[in-house]
Amino acid sequence: MSYRQLSQEERQELGREQRSYLWGLGLSLLLTLLPFGLAAFTDMAHLTLWWIIGACALVQIVVHLRFFLHITLARNKREDLQLILFTVLILTLLCGGTLWILFDLYQRMMPNMMP
Amino acid sequence: MSRTITRHPGLNLGPAHDDDATDVREELVFGFWVFMMSDLIIFGMLFATYVTMLGATAGGPTPHDVLDIRPAFTETMLLLASSFTFGMASLALKYRQGRRHLVGWLLVTLVLGLAFVGHELHEFVSMFHAGYVPSRSGYLSSFFSLVPLHGLHVTFASLWLIAILFQIAVYGIDSQVKNGLLRLAILWHFLDIVWIGIFSLVYLGGAA
Repeated sequence: MSYRQLSQEERQELGREQRSYLWGLGLSLLLTLLPFGLAAFTDMAHLTLWWIIGACALVQIVVHLRFFLHITLARNKREDLQLILFTVLILTLLCGGTLWILFDLYQRMMPNMMP
Repeated sequence: MSRTITRHPGLNLGPAHDDDATDVREELVFGFWVFMMSDLIIFGMLFATYVTMLGATAGGPTPHDVLDIRPAFTETMLLLASSFTFGMASLALKYRQGRRHLVGWLLVTLVLGLAFVGHELHEFVSMFHAGYVPSRSGYLSSFFSLVPLHGLHVTFASLWLIAILFQIAVYGIDSQVKNGLLRLAILWHFLDIVWIGIFSLVYLGGAA
């Protein structure tokens, strides 16, 4: 790969993409530091803390998909988005079913297995 | 914009690389993304198993005893930084900023990835010394099937990166190397997403 002089347009696009990665990094840092900080330095009620951790994780996953993997709502990227959404659907069925069945079982037969 | 007619996730190389077989690349990268999604199912099921095993401590250490969020925080920062530097490497490839630029960012990424693996290994060794071994309880078995599997993924991604660096040294930045880098970028960013699940659910959820 030889070094190539960028045109004006390409330079602008490079700058735009670099800013996009920086945004991804900044938002991810924020969404990481917030739950870690709350878990380490405060003693909130567990349930509130878990909700915040979960929300931050979900938002950060979307941030990574958007800024690092370039999955957007643009029409020409729909195939990827559909693949991800379908996988998430299957995963929800598998995980949700597992948790539902096993915790129902624990509750009825093995109460000492409840965390 | 006409230049964004792209189908696959991750970085699209764009018109500056049209000389290569773009169609083949699209298929390769999309196929790799499908493979990544099958990997996501495996990780998702291991997460579900982990949650169902939270109470299975068999009188041994509980999540609260085992987990420490300080090493997890360092590991999180290392992996996030490596994801960003890999993004910079991808841009160096896309805009043909020269081989030194590309290899530089890739080396930084490799060092961060290996630091992550080393840090995690160190954490596991200290857990073993405390008697927290996989055979101790169902809970520890599920912990050691989820977290080290991710670490193993990062290890192999690092080995792949080393292989690509050798390819660059021998063959230069040809079409094969570009295809490899696009796919490795997807793997690398994907592993960071799985790590978000691990540090949130396992470490923060367990230590809180």
